[in-house]
Amino acid sequence: MFDKVWLIPIFPIIGVLVNGLLGRRFEKINKSIIHWVACGAVALSFIVTCILFFQMLGLPADQRLYEFTWFKWINSGVLHSYVAYQIDPLSMMMCLFVTGVGFLIHVYSIGYMSTEEGREYRFFAYMNLFMFAMINLVLANNYLLLFLGWEGVGLCSYLLIGFWFSEEANAIAGKKAFITNRIGDFGFILGLLLLYTSLGKHGIWTLQFSEVFTHVHLLSPQVATAICLLLFVGCTAKSAQIPLYVWLPDAMAGPTPVSALIHAATMVTSGVYMVARSNILYSMSPFAMGVVATFGALTALFAASIGLVQNDIKKVLAYSTVSQLGYMFLGLGVGAYAAGMFHVLTHAFFKALLFLGSGAVIHSMHQGLHKVHSHVDAQDMRNMGGLKSKTPITYVTFLIGTLAIAGIPGFSGFFSKDEILWKAYSSPHGHFLLWLIGAIAAGMTAFYMFRLVFMTFFNECRVPDGADEHLHECPKTMTVPLMVLAFFAAVAGYLGVPHALGGSNRIHHFLDPVMGIGPGKLLHKAGGTIAHGAHAAAEAVHGAGMHHAAEHGSMFAEYLLMAISVTIALLGIFLAYTMYIKKRDMPEKLANSYPFLYRLLLNKWYVDELYELTVIKPIHGFSVLLWKGVDVAIIDGIVNGVARIVGWFSGVVRYIQSGYVQSYAVSVVLGTVVLVIYYLIRAIS
Amino acid sequence: MNQLSFPIISLVTFFPIFGVLILLMIDKESEDVLRGTAVAFTVIEFFISLPLIFYFNNVTHNMQFVELIPWVKSFGINYHMGIDGISLWLVILTTFLTPICVLSSWSYIQKYVKEYMVCLLLLETAMLGALVSLDLILFYVFWELMLIPMYLLIGVWGGPQKIYAAVKFFMYTAAGSVFMLLSIIFLYYYNYKVTGVYTFSILELYKLNIPISVQFWLCLAFFVSFAIKVPMFPLHTWLPDAHVQAPTAGSVILAGVLLKMGTYGFLRFAMPLFPYATHQFTPVMATLAVIGIIYGALVAMVQPDMKKLVAYSSVSHLGYVMLGLFALNMQGIEGGLYQMLNHGISTGALFLIVGMIYERRHTRMIKDFGGIAKVMPVFATFFMIATLSSVAVPGTNGFVGEIMILIGAFRSFPIFAVIAAFGAVLGALYMLWMYQRVMFCPLDKPENQELKDLNVREIVTLLPLAVLVFVMGFFPGLFLRKMDATVSHFLKDFNTRYEAYAQQQPQSLGDKIAAVLPASENKDKIIE
Repeated sequence: MFDKVWLIPIFPIIGVLVNGLLGRRFEKINKSIIHWVACGAVALSFIVTCILFFQMLGLPADQRLYEFTWFKWINSGVLHSYVAYQIDPLSMMMCLFVTGVGFLIHVYSIGYMSTEEGREYRFFAYMNLFMFAMINLVLANNYLLLFLGWEGVGLCSYLLIGFWFSEEANAIAGKKAFITNRIGDFGFILGLLLLYTSLGKHGIWTLQFSEVFTHVHLLSPQVATAICLLLFVGCTAKSAQIPLYVWLPDAMAGPTPVSALIHAATMVTSGVYMVARSNILYSMSPFAMGVVATFGALTALFAASIGLVQNDIKKVLAYSTVSQLGYMFLGLGVGAYAAGMFHVLTHAFFKALLFLGSGAVIHSMHQGLHKVHSHVDAQDMRNMGGLKSKTPITYVTFLIGTLAIAGIPGFSGFFSKDEILWKAYSSPHGHFLLWLIGAIAAGMTAFYMFRLVFMTFFNECRVPDGADEHLHECPKTMTVPLMVLAFFAAVAGYLGVPHALGGSNRIHHFLDPVMGIGPGKLLHKAGGTIAHGAHAAAEAVHGAGMHHAAEHGSMFAEYLLMAISVTIALLGIFLAYTMYIKKRDMPEKLANSYPFLYRLLLNKWYVDELYELTVIKPIHGFSVLLWKGVDVAIIDGIVNGVARIVGWFSGVVRYIQSGYVQSYAVSVVLGTVVLVIYYLIRAIS
Repeated sequence: MNQLSFPIISLVTFFPIFGVLILLMIDKESEDVLRGTAVAFTVIEFFISLPLIFYFNNVTHNMQFVELIPWVKSFGINYHMGIDGISLWLVILTTFLTPICVLSSWSYIQKYVKEYMVCLLLLETAMLGALVSLDLILFYVFWELMLIPMYLLIGVWGGPQKIYAAVKFFMYTAAGSVFMLLSIIFLYYYNYKVTGVYTFSILELYKLNIPISVQFWLCLAFFVSFAIKVPMFPLHTWLPDAHVQAPTAGSVILAGVLLKMGTYGFLRFAMPLFPYATHQFTPVMATLAVIGIIYGALVAMVQPDMKKLVAYSSVSHLGYVMLGLFALNMQGIEGGLYQMLNHGISTGALFLIVGMIYERRHTRMIKDFGGIAKVMPVFATFFMIATLSSVAVPGTNGFVGEIMILIGAFRSFPIFAVIAAFGAVLGALYMLWMYQRVMFCPLDKPENQELKDLNVREIVTLLPLAVLVFVMGFFPGLFLRKMDATVSHFLKDFNTRYEAYAQQQPQSLGDKIAAVLPASENKDKIIE
């Protein structure tokens, strides 16, 4: 059955072809054909994934690796690459939630996009294309095919952000996303080239994961560090970390299901997946891991700080995504790969839920405002309020998502975030400061999320122009996915209850075979060939994760830190309650008393402006200089100059051939005279 | 000698001439008949050329389908033709693009239709002849012959500044060719002096041992001639003018095939004839290639004219090709060859697309457009596919070529590969920025609101290109496997002969050049 893995990507691509080529006809006959094709394709992929997943579970942990080669791709000399897939716990976990959450969001989109006349087929074709690329990304068994998915998802993101392309801002946001990701991919591809040629020097020409990780010990530490850092450059773009996160907030210009699927649940976590997949490589370079952890922690804090003051409901969630991705990298960077992946999983549920919930809010706002022909911003939370009673299902599910992301004990986010924070402190790669930054950001997260909830659902309804009469709950295709996601956002955490709380951390054990250590086949294959250094590093890292007794913090410390971080989160919620329910003039007073700080945060630390000034403007000016200066003035100046000189010279020489016999005669006479004089002078001297 | 025992190459080369004869017999006034005939002939021509693929032997590196007939015996000039893994796909590309060009000119060309079609068909023969010639004089004849119809296409059917552009195109190329001709004649006499045989056959001349001091000047002459054609920085300024002024089909042929004559010339003539000099020039050429990549991309970015933007993007893309070829390893050269095909397809498609919009609006200025995707969804799709291919998104043909070139270049000169990889960022920037300004944003100009989407003929023109983008993106093996034997033999031969030269005379001009420039690494016998 494992050799049927190619079915998973093939369904969505069929969906793309069918809807892409015939969609316009379906649109005229019956729009639901489009929906059935698109959702059906993803559903089939999900079913196949489930079957494979359970089959894999039936195998002993050390045999959970199956590689399937579909067909040859780019081959030339020593370069061999295949379209080949890999089934192991990590890829299956990713694929499972990608197709699962993907399916729910496809269903949700039916309702959300129902007002799009004549363009729905395009939307669903792009969404299916995204699923195809994302599935390739997570199932690939080599870096090159991963890169196909990597850029493929970026392309779909570009297409979908700019879906409403008639607005210039949307088109620009799409382009910005693509270009920023290209900058990251520049680093990524250099990492691939370096990895490929460095291993090639030892006679191993491969980009296949299992081969690479078996021979990774051949790399010198410096090269390994360089490769890891270059690959991480790709992650900073794809997974929106400092300094290349700038595209993600703008990406909210796309339809909300896109934000949920691509810019929250799946695509943006592919950087995390890539690092986790390459954990053996990263374990070779403590420096690179330190960089990952530091950038992750700083991003978590930085993005959360911007999220504090944003008024656009989707912008808040966007910065929250950037911040949460920072946590994941913090986890990876301190060697807690499984914890990072655990947060990917829980985040996929609660963040998809939050985005879809915000989409439901925006959808009802739109409908309501549309009825009264109002043009106020349907996404601005200052125009909302009191939606609790109008859209009860949305409210309850949204609240569950908020509790999860805020890290309230019992909900999924608590378990995953807490594990990351604990590892940030206790792991050999960890540091107290990393924990502190993470904890402070957690407080901010709780604050801005509850600020969002209070502003949107509580207090009196501020919807203008009497549109509040027309606010209604969304259709079933939208609310059912919300409920399903809310269920998972609540309970997914129980997959990874830590030992300290009497759990067995199942997800951790499940992923262990992939994480460089444990009884998995990967290590088996490496059999002792993994160099001592790499092995020891991996051992140290995972030792810390697996055997909690060996951690250099004690059980007490773990409880203490847990209690502190929960307290910080509760403080955040309390602050939000005070500021947005109790003393509602407080935000304005604060903003007035610290105008500089407020403006700085509101304008996102002016990073976009900084880039514009230091990068974009100079490049543009330089290009104009090259064109007008070098191309037109210098090169063409020379070319045309030569032509002009030749022309001028010919003009002069032309007079010699005037055709008049008398002037020829004159020249003959003159010539003779000159010659005679010349010889006379010679004869005399 | 010839696996078909049938002079198929001659048939392929001269079949368009037969078409010319038929066209000449048709009345000047019946324009649609002229157009139809030209389409029919070029399509039949394409099918005639297909057996070259099917009967091509993947295993041998020898010339295939060879024809050898003495032409001018006293001078040792032969009618010598054949193809190998280097020329096969370029021949097919030529026969594939020509019918597309004819189709695209259907309504675009309204005056002198007959003469126009005659020019296109003549041009096809000249290009094919240059690609299959194995005799230097025969090659030179076709090489120069290409100039004339192209000159006319620009000069007669071109835009407002057509004469300037046509003359510039002609003079640039002719200036380069003169040096090449001198070099050819020198080779010819030198070969006679050494072997006592008069011959222009390149297969014979490959074996020649040329003193290193002489080799440089000969090589330089060939290099300049081909570098103009490619065109490499800083010899590229004829290209934007020629492209902007040429009619659509002229641009497609120019970008699709004529530019490849330069890169092909390097691979077929300059590099194997002068291995030592080539090797010494490698750092210079790689530097120029990389400058071309970045320079072309930056200048493309700020162009206000769509066609000029695509023209400068050609400078950038051809820079990749040259970088790949001079990496002198398997991935680099095969990647370079592949990128030649890609460029023919993606840039060809882009020129067609610009032509289609020009036909509707009679402007190519980016600022005159905006929001076109709303009224022309089918057009938008094709435009997007061509754009993606041009920016080398994985899954399209462009990626395959680019990644191979980068791998090849990274093995030979990592620093250049790094800069070239950055070119991909700029590539995305200028293409997507153009796409955004033309296709997206509000549809606010009244002239654009009534634009008609593509008609059936236009879809038929673009569809084959769009399909190839993905076929070549996912199944490059179909194309690459036919190059393998030739390219690996090329490298083996190149390296053996380079080694032989290197032992002869260590100190020379090239070594001095090489001593100044950054050393090319990993040159030691990596040929796979």
